Amino acid sequence: MRMLRAIFAHPSGRIGGFIVGLYLLLAVLGLLGLTPHNPLMQYRIDRLHAPDSTYWMGTDLFGRDVASRLMMGIGQSFIVAFFSVAFAALAGTVLGLAAAWFGRRWDGIVMRVMDVLLAFPAILLALLIVAVAGPGTWTSIVAIAIVYTPIFTRVVRGPALSLKAREFVDAARTFGSSSSYIVTRHLLLNLVAPLTVQITLALAWALLTEAGLSFLGLGTQPPAASLGLMLSDSRNLMETAPWLMIFPGIAIMISILGFNLLGDALRDIFDPRMRRALA
Amino acid sequence: MIPLLSVSGLSVGFGRTPQANEVVRGVSFELADGETLAIVGESGSGKSVTALSINRLVDFGGGRITGGSIKLKRADGSVLDLTAASEPQLTKIRGAEIGMIFQEPMTSLNPVLTIGTQIEESFRLHRGLTGRQATAAAKEALDRVRIPDAARRLKYTPNQLSGGMLQRVMIATALACNPRLLIADEPTTALDVTVQAQIMALLAELKRETGMSMIFITHDIGLVAGIADKIMVMQGGVAVEQGELNQILDQPRHAYTRHLLQDVPHFASGRATRSDGRRDKALDTEPALKVNDLVVRFPVKSGFFGRATGAVHAVDGVDFDLMPGETLAIVGESGSGKSTTARAVLGLVRSTRGSFSASVRKATAGQSALPIQMVFQNPYASLNPRLTIESILAEPMIATGGRLGSAARAKMATLLKRVGLPENSLERYPHEFSGGQRQRLCIARALMLNPSVVVLDEAVSALDVSVQARVLELLVDLQREFGLAYLFISHDMAVVERIAHRIAVIYAGQIVEIGDARSVLSAPKHAYTKKLIAAVPAIDRRRERFELDTRQVPSLVRPLGFEPAPARWEQFGVDHRVRVEA
Amino acid sequence: MTYLLRRLAVFPLVLIGVSIVVFVAIRMVPGDAITAMLGTEAGLLTPAQREALAAYFGIDQPWFVQYGRWLAGLLHGNLGISSTYGKPVLEIILERFPLTLELALLSMIIALVVGVPAGVFAATHNEKLSDLGVRVAAMIGQSTPNFVLALLIIYTLSAGFGVLPAMGEFSPLWRDPLRNLGQLILPAITLGCAFAASVTRISRSAMLDVLSDDYVRTARSKGVSARGVIWRHALPNALIPVVTLSGIEFGYLLGGAVIVEQIYALPGLGRLVLDAILQRDYALVQGAVLFIAFNFMIVNLLVDLAYVALDPRIRLGEQ
Repeated sequence: MRMLRAIFAHPSGRIGGFIVGLYLLLAVLGLLGLTPHNPLMQYRIDRLHAPDSTYWMGTDLFGRDVASRLMMGIGQSFIVAFFSVAFAALAGTVLGLAAAWFGRRWDGIVMRVMDVLLAFPAILLALLIVAVAGPGTWTSIVAIAIVYTPIFTRVVRGPALSLKAREFVDAARTFGSSSSYIVTRHLLLNLVAPLTVQITLALAWALLTEAGLSFLGLGTQPPAASLGLMLSDSRNLMETAPWLMIFPGIAIMISILGFNLLGDALRDIFDPRMRRALA
Repeated sequence: MIPLLSVSGLSVGFGRTPQANEVVRGVSFELADGETLAIVGESGSGKSVTALSINRLVDFGGGRITGGSIKLKRADGSVLDLTAASEPQLTKIRGAEIGMIFQEPMTSLNPVLTIGTQIEESFRLHRGLTGRQATAAAKEALDRVRIPDAARRLKYTPNQLSGGMLQRVMIATALACNPRLLIADEPTTALDVTVQAQIMALLAELKRETGMSMIFITHDIGLVAGIADKIMVMQGGVAVEQGELNQILDQPRHAYTRHLLQDVPHFASGRATRSDGRRDKALDTEPALKVNDLVVRFPVKSGFFGRATGAVHAVDGVDFDLMPGETLAIVGESGSGKSTTARAVLGLVRSTRGSFSASVRKATAGQSALPIQMVFQNPYASLNPRLTIESILAEPMIATGGRLGSAARAKMATLLKRVGLPENSLERYPHEFSGGQRQRLCIARALMLNPSVVVLDEAVSALDVSVQARVLELLVDLQREFGLAYLFISHDMAVVERIAHRIAVIYAGQIVEIGDARSVLSAPKHAYTKKLIAAVPAIDRRRERFELDTRQVPSLVRPLGFEPAPARWEQFGVDHRVRVEA
Repeated sequence: MTYLLRRLAVFPLVLIGVSIVVFVAIRMVPGDAITAMLGTEAGLLTPAQREALAAYFGIDQPWFVQYGRWLAGLLHGNLGISSTYGKPVLEIILERFPLTLELALLSMIIALVVGVPAGVFAATHNEKLSDLGVRVAAMIGQSTPNFVLALLIIYTLSAGFGVLPAMGEFSPLWRDPLRNLGQLILPAITLGCAFAASVTRISRSAMLDVLSDDYVRTARSKGVSARGVIWRHALPNALIPVVTLSGIEFGYLLGGAVIVEQIYALPGLGRLVLDAILQRDYALVQGAVLFIAFNFMIVNLLVDLAYVALDPRIRLGEQ
């Protein structure tokens, strides 16, 4: 509750929060099928219909309602983004904490493996994984999760190492506190702030990657809608039906903007205390 | 005769509405040519803001001068009101007419530029010197602050020099263009006491040479006795008292000045040591802690494969014992091994060799599995900011297999009350407490397990002087009540004098002198102890001239397998031993 | 120096890791190379022909034998033969690489030339309207996916001005510099936009941090002018995070910009890898990914060297 109030007191938090909230609503509606029209229904007589009061964002080559498909696509993208970031954050936190806490050999092994993953350009690694497992929603989730795991590992390991050297951890050792107590209470609890920020920014990146994969035809498969796919389909019709490109393009952009703004706001909100705590 | 600087009714505020948020209110003073004014106050008193207002650096920190005037007599005799000066005017005055040095020499020099470049910059800006001329001038400036081998040092970057050397570089930079006013903002606070003495001596000497005026800002009223002509005492943004040095020190009129002079620990050469619990008879009881030949070495790795090529002898053959109810202070400068000793006793650092035994105290109920507990230096870092005070105090009990029951809660409540914290503290978080309160919390936490020995590692060093005094009082009371033995690690002789029964002086990882506090402080025998004590500022040592000494601390890095020769000791009196110097 | 040497020692380890990952991954791709290569004609092959073909490309052995052979070839500078192009892999990669390198360089130049001054400007006008403007622009820039921007640019050009970006066969820089630049400028702007936005944001925040450092106050107390403080004292310290970010982004761009290359019909490394993956061209995928990872690590090494040049603390400090 206090967190929400802090977000809404921050200008970019307010805008970002509003955008993310709106998208969440659209995503839920899109997934539940509560769209203006059936997103898969082909209104053959109204093919490439320009936006008007019936078709708010026009129709595509098959006469499907763009607004409805957009909502469905947002739902699709959000599922991929949330699951992939959840997996990456979980795996990255466990690996990063393990590397920082056990140190030495563990740290070496974990970080070298992460170096290998980081040596691939992100989209290439995702492409490779999709090629192995075949395109589809779950593949996208796994691919994005694997690409983002090393980043979470780093985000956790660095602060965990500096927390480990803090006097309150020394104090805990003098009482003989158990490792699990120190790791959960003294390390993990203090990592909540940087993790929250990173999760928000990772969501923006996951939306971007999902759209990219779909754009290349390796993400969500037709006839299901996805923003990247819609954008890719619009390319040959750009001059006759620009709305096919404009709406999905802007929709992707604003969704990413929303998470970026929210992430920035969270960083600002957490920072003063983090600075005091980690200074 | 127009004074060099005349400040009247100065008010400075911060934030969007500076008038409503003033941290300096109506400060007035005058400074004549060649005079030194000391501004004394604790943190938040507005002393630094006052100083930064004079060269208008306060503007860059978000401050705004909301009232009053600062009149500076310029080199040509004209008078300029600095509160109304334009930024281009000010850049001509800064460095040329007003120089400034700061508290943290380590961070006050640009890390990516050589010190030569940074000194030359002053000459370039104000004298128009370039190239070889500027370099020569910079070398001269370094010579002036007695930096040996100046020509070579010009090419160094700040990370290659020690704190004391860097502060000299800062002074050289600030004085490069012979400003007639030097503002020194706590210039020695971050330095060791012997280095502080060096810097003070240097400042006094340069002042004599150049006839400049100086504004010296400090929290330590004892320190100004040696250098100031006038003192201004500040509290809460207001100048509560100002006057001649002797007048302020001998006949303080304001209650706060009296408090600073009387209640705050000042070094008194052994006259203010504790009179209770001296070690004359009690030697037959078992010591609470006994340390034998403690050695801590860290391998020095070098080369591509990181092979150990030597070892840092951080602690080298330290032994002492500590009786119940007794305080042993370990004093030394940074890098002497005093903190490593403390951490080794607690097992936070693995000792290479040596043994220690701690006996569980028999007198009180509630025996502890862990007879030694510790209070750390930084009260902001030693409490987990995300846990409530209740969780923090409960941690030691949970760690030793206890449970958070009503007995534990009752104990927390008693201890909180005992260390002087409100009872509703339990649900609150550390950031809701001040530094002094946090240190009380740390003390309460350390007492949760009924220890017989408490290690206090610079436990009051981070606190303001008047808070320091109160925490020391609390520690003494607790010691009497619970019969605690304290191992008190500190660099601050004035604090040590108030709390120690015995003192061990540690230098380069070895104890060089140990014994009864009064005896060690009033009649030091080892050359290092003498030097250390001579460097401590004191109110009764007025206008004393410190001697310049550029000796460096010996390196602690030794080749692999090196063993120092066994120590030989000389006994003075009942309880005072000194290591025989090689 | 030992610091850098130690970094270099990790180099082959990571490369071996990368190659194993690729090697195993590409062999897990469903479908076999021969079918992918010949399409429906593969059905006409007799089993013997199929085996002969597999033996020719060396894909009849277990993966670790193939890996050993491939590694041995690698040591002789031989990355194998591409099954789609029938040419040595290295030759194909080197044909495509100049375009990718040029595109990455152009994008980085755009990013640095726009981003650093914009970031410095915003930091020195902190909390003013102009700062807000820069921040909003950077935020939008950073949130615009490059494929959306590419489509928007193409659409604006064709709908607004009736022109289409120069496509058609790619002409290298040394053959026709003008035509080359004409072909690359729009892709470079597309890629440079988000890059510039990130550079702006990081220069701004680094600059803000540095401007509140103690040594900046010292410089001001010496009478250094506002401009001197910014360019001489603050910027060199603020550049370190900018170099890090630019290095990482540049390293990734050297791996090819798959989608942007696709949209602008450019024959760069990104599309090469994409096609190779889709074609199951084992040798080409392995070679190209290894080449890309190698470049990425070289760039990281250069970034480390830049640190050493920028910050004397690293030169002598922690090992």
